[in-house]
Amino acid sequence: MTAYDVETGDAVHPGNPVTVDRYTGGARINHWITAVSLVLLALSGLSLFHPSLYFLTGLFGGGQITRAIHPWIGVVLFFSFLGLFIRFWRANLWIADDGTWLARLKDVLTKHDDRLPEVGKYNAGQKMVFWGQSLLIIIMIISGVGIWDVYFADYTTVETKRLAVLIHAAAAVAMICIWIVHVYAAIWVRGTIGAMTRGQVTGGWAWRYHRKWLKELIGKA
Amino acid sequence: MALFEFELPNPDTNNPKMAFGEADLVRRSASSVPEPARKLTSVAKLIDVSKCIGCKACQAACLEWNDMRQEVGTNHGVYDNPEDLTPNMFTLMRFAEWVNPETQNLEWLIRKDGCMHCEDPGCLKACPAPGAIVQYSNGIVDFVHENCIGCGYCVKGCPFNIPRISQVDNKAYKCTLCSDRVAVGQGPACAKACPTHAITFGTKDEMKKHAEDRIKDLNSRGFKNAGLYDPPGVKGTHVMYVLHHADKPEIYANLANDPRISPLVEIWKGAAKYVGLAAIALFAAIGVVHHVVEGPNRVSGEDEESAKKLAGSGRR
Repeated sequence: MTAYDVETGDAVHPGNPVTVDRYTGGARINHWITAVSLVLLALSGLSLFHPSLYFLTGLFGGGQITRAIHPWIGVVLFFSFLGLFIRFWRANLWIADDGTWLARLKDVLTKHDDRLPEVGKYNAGQKMVFWGQSLLIIIMIISGVGIWDVYFADYTTVETKRLAVLIHAAAAVAMICIWIVHVYAAIWVRGTIGAMTRGQVTGGWAWRYHRKWLKELIGKA
Repeated sequence: MALFEFELPNPDTNNPKMAFGEADLVRRSASSVPEPARKLTSVAKLIDVSKCIGCKACQAACLEWNDMRQEVGTNHGVYDNPEDLTPNMFTLMRFAEWVNPETQNLEWLIRKDGCMHCEDPGCLKACPAPGAIVQYSNGIVDFVHENCIGCGYCVKGCPFNIPRISQVDNKAYKCTLCSDRVAVGQGPACAKACPTHAITFGTKDEMKKHAEDRIKDLNSRGFKNAGLYDPPGVKGTHVMYVLHHADKPEIYANLANDPRISPLVEIWKGAAKYVGLAAIALFAAIGVVHHVVEGPNRVSGEDEESAKKLAGSGRR
């Protein structure tokens, strides 16, 4: 029986260095569709959020087109993220060690990874990013449909739309902040980005940051 | 002048002083405008509900002047036609039947609905497209369609539920107070067409004075709560009503009692804008500072060796 957080396609290849398969081609394509959608949504959404960013509508071909395609990109993101959710939810289930990891956030940020409990496929921070974005995307799609007036204007009252647009903006800000954490962590922890580009990390990377997962993969857990 | 107590004279259309334009903007959506060099006289349309006979000449005139056509609809059992404001129909007679509890009389209240041209315009504040909604120093709030992106934020900003988004060109439409006519010294088309002069147009001061006379007249005829509807919650409007029951605006087909820009819109277009961008900037800044202070988190050769040892001695 495999551990809860070992996913399909995860595998270790001995060598110099040891390489570890972390994401399948499908997972990576799924991730990058989500990533591109999220960036486009952030740019188009922000352009309508603050006047100083209205110029960003130029990237999409003007205000009218930005207004028209933003919700459609949102639909793409929703279904794309749904794919990620189905792939990753199990490995992101919260366990007792995650609380310990989180309590030692200071050690995380000061690179004292040796003082942390051994981490499975995802650490507590990654799990929070996962669940945070999952929840926020549900909020975004519901509030977004509420203000998608081209098709759904008649289904909500103006007062509901006012609430929806405020929630949509607030949730979007939260999503962008979480996205910054996600991207920053991938940059800060060197060797991470390869997981989503080539699908592989080195054995040392897995040893240092996700030792429990590596041990599970090797079968020594 | 004998028949009607207030008649709008035909103004001199060649008077260049009447013209107004870009230089007279006091507000421009999602952008700022320089302080205008001159201040136009504040104008207003006064709608005396007590004099309205519900003939809809104002609606016809509005369609004519704005070159709009409203599709023939279906009868919904009321006189309102069309049923609601539309992207083509900028003004609408709303018919309400009300039994006065004091007299037991059935009163037929007919209110000409349309943009109120708020001094504090919620539509303009909500609009994200620079220059799609403008306000002139004479008080007229106008939509500039070439800048409109059809997002419908104006609908959310408006305390009177007035703007309508066209499904044809995805742009917002509403009463312009005939800004193009006013610019050449003409009154709005609806006011010109009104057979009972229930609709009058002039400077806001003139209209208030005119309203005072009308209210006095109504008071003398038993309407003790007659009054002017110029709601302070939106800092007054440039379309005002004389109501026989000014204490109960809601009986006039749900005319807003104490309208104001929704607090949700105020937060969304106020604090949220700044707090939101500040939060995003803060997260990005923390990332940069953290990286500068801590440097990258790298895998050591030791880690790789440990992995090798683990993998090498594995059962796989």
